[in-house]
Amino acid sequence: MELIILLGVPLAGGLLLALFGHKERAAELNSLMSFLTFVAAAFLTAKIIRDGPIKVWDENFFIDSFNVFLVALTAFVGFTTSLFSRPYMRNEHHAGKLNPSRLRLYHSMFQLFMFTMLLALLTNNMGILWVAMEAATLTTVLLVSLYRTPASLEAAWKYFILCGVGIAQALFGTILLYFAAERVLGGGGGSLLWTHLNDVKGQLEPTVLSLAFVFLLVGYGTKVGLAPLHNWLPDAHAEGPTPVSAVLSGLLLNVALYAVVRAKVLVDGALQTHFAGNLMMGFGLFSVVVGAFFLSRQKDVKRLFAYSSIEHMGIVTFAFGMGGSVATFAGLLHMTVHSLTKSAIFFTVGHAAQKTGTQLIANIRGLVDTNPAIGWGLMLGSLAILGMPPFGVFASEFLILTTAMHEHPWATPILLVSLGVAFAAIFSRVQEMVFGETTGKRLPHSPAMVPVFVHLGLVLMLGLFIPPYLADWYRQAAALIG
Amino acid sequence: MTPSFSGQLINLLAALLLLIAFAMLSQRRILSLIYLFAWQGFVLVLSTTIVAYSTGQHHLYYSAALTLILKVFALPWILHRLIIRLNIKWDVETLINIPTTMLLGIVLVIFAFNLALPISQLASTVTRNTLGIAMACVLLAFLMMITRRKAVPQVVGFLAIENGLFFAATSATYGMPMVVELGVALDVLVGTFIFGIFFFQIRETFDSLDIHHLEKLKED
Repeated sequence: MELIILLGVPLAGGLLLALFGHKERAAELNSLMSFLTFVAAAFLTAKIIRDGPIKVWDENFFIDSFNVFLVALTAFVGFTTSLFSRPYMRNEHHAGKLNPSRLRLYHSMFQLFMFTMLLALLTNNMGILWVAMEAATLTTVLLVSLYRTPASLEAAWKYFILCGVGIAQALFGTILLYFAAERVLGGGGGSLLWTHLNDVKGQLEPTVLSLAFVFLLVGYGTKVGLAPLHNWLPDAHAEGPTPVSAVLSGLLLNVALYAVVRAKVLVDGALQTHFAGNLMMGFGLFSVVVGAFFLSRQKDVKRLFAYSSIEHMGIVTFAFGMGGSVATFAGLLHMTVHSLTKSAIFFTVGHAAQKTGTQLIANIRGLVDTNPAIGWGLMLGSLAILGMPPFGVFASEFLILTTAMHEHPWATPILLVSLGVAFAAIFSRVQEMVFGETTGKRLPHSPAMVPVFVHLGLVLMLGLFIPPYLADWYRQAAALIG
Repeated sequence: MTPSFSGQLINLLAALLLLIAFAMLSQRRILSLIYLFAWQGFVLVLSTTIVAYSTGQHHLYYSAALTLILKVFALPWILHRLIIRLNIKWDVETLINIPTTMLLGIVLVIFAFNLALPISQLASTVTRNTLGIAMACVLLAFLMMITRRKAVPQVVGFLAIENGLFFAATSATYGMPMVVELGVALDVLVGTFIFGIFFFQIRETFDSLDIHHLEKLKED
């Protein structure tokens, strides 16, 4: 029942807003739909925590602790982003950057994007997972080019082509997976169901599975933004509307990583070696280094935080690659806090860019003077994402670093240096933007600061104290993906 | 039809697919490129039908029909319409000259065969020998995307990759489950529409479909 609402509401919302998305109250309708989705996700989560994993509708949907945690996070950030997008898009409309038909496209695609991500998370079929991931690209590509500026068109084209080619690799990986599964499970729809594959993973052909994993990792890794496949990410984040940057960075990257981790569980079972983990560690570490070192060259504030996303997804991929209960626990925690913090940062950055009329770091100054809420929001968000205690990012990074020290000591200095470089690059820029002299203008629609502080409050809470039921939940999920 | 005869036929069609992939790589005219793409789809339909007939896998008839509608008629028709609406007359420009591209293509084919060797030895299907060709088609289409400067040939390359993958699925496993194939077809169709919308947006903004206009966002 929860599942019907969870998938049905965003789908219906997408169709409804395709008709009425340009009306006066469309933004409220968008928020309402997102709120209903969130409520359904909350009920589903409560049910899974109470009753354990369930399979629904001929096993076509499978929900366990791992994906329900991402479903809850996705629905929550989707809801808060819709709250943020209400004044943000009105301001953009006011500034003459958008006309009603583009506003309609935006609202409709926002809901459909939520639908594709939830479908990708909930489906039990590795083939449908691929279809939903590709559909997630299709729904967002026109949002990236929403402003129709030359730069935004270029970003959207790059996003489409690179992610399209990347995801084609993942399709080949899925074909190979099916090929291996067919020899054990026989043909037909059942052999691509993750639960069935998981039951027989010990008998799957190791050579085929290792090749399949390489293709799946490269394919979905393109969407995670793992270096050196990350080229689309900063452009798409910088040129699209800010709510889209927030959901791309906070949610889509997580969902793509979820697909990789699901594949890793199967491959680990078939190979009985650390092959998949090693590959993920390599890609993860390289992304951390690339992300951190490119940070210091950025002049555009949204690009700056896009590179920070590459760095953080690298950290999470590295953590899942190491495996083991502590590292996986930390990886899940880091996914949560990164997603909350990064979307909060994008909310503040979006309003700051609207206020100053530019995304160039050099031209954004003195946010604290003209709008203290935006200024402090950005400052606190940046401190949180840089891993300052007492925020949750500190806790997860600390756990990942200590595990790395213990199991892979050679990786620790690389991680520490990268984190240091990232700190210097982001902190110096944010300090200039937040403090300093400026004259700013008032926004016609007052900014939505509630989502920012709710997110940062949650991240703070996760850093100081993880409620026992939440810790249990993370532990269950960590045990599932080991 | 005896198994060996249908096997021979499938091998012949696979060879044709590879030939078309090379022809696409060397083709300079956009219209011919789209016709070649339609022909590639048609060969795909034939081989899928023969596999379906000789192995008794009935769901393959549906995917053959789907391919026929989508890749032989719908997509080439959409692309053709777009080209006429956008009034594209110019020839395809390549980044590297065509003989070099062909040589690179041959290297890719050898690589694909080597990569596919361990897998096709495991396969039990009558079509297992063609897996290498399927991979080669994917890589050649990939090469075409890299070496073309204009938006339309890049899209044709993108769709040709999907053709190669479809052929790989048929030859390694007699096709994916139906629901997945339907989903993939839907994605490809929607993707092509979005590409179409894009062409107009790019054209409106830059007055040209040359993607070197789309190389401004460099790291500085």
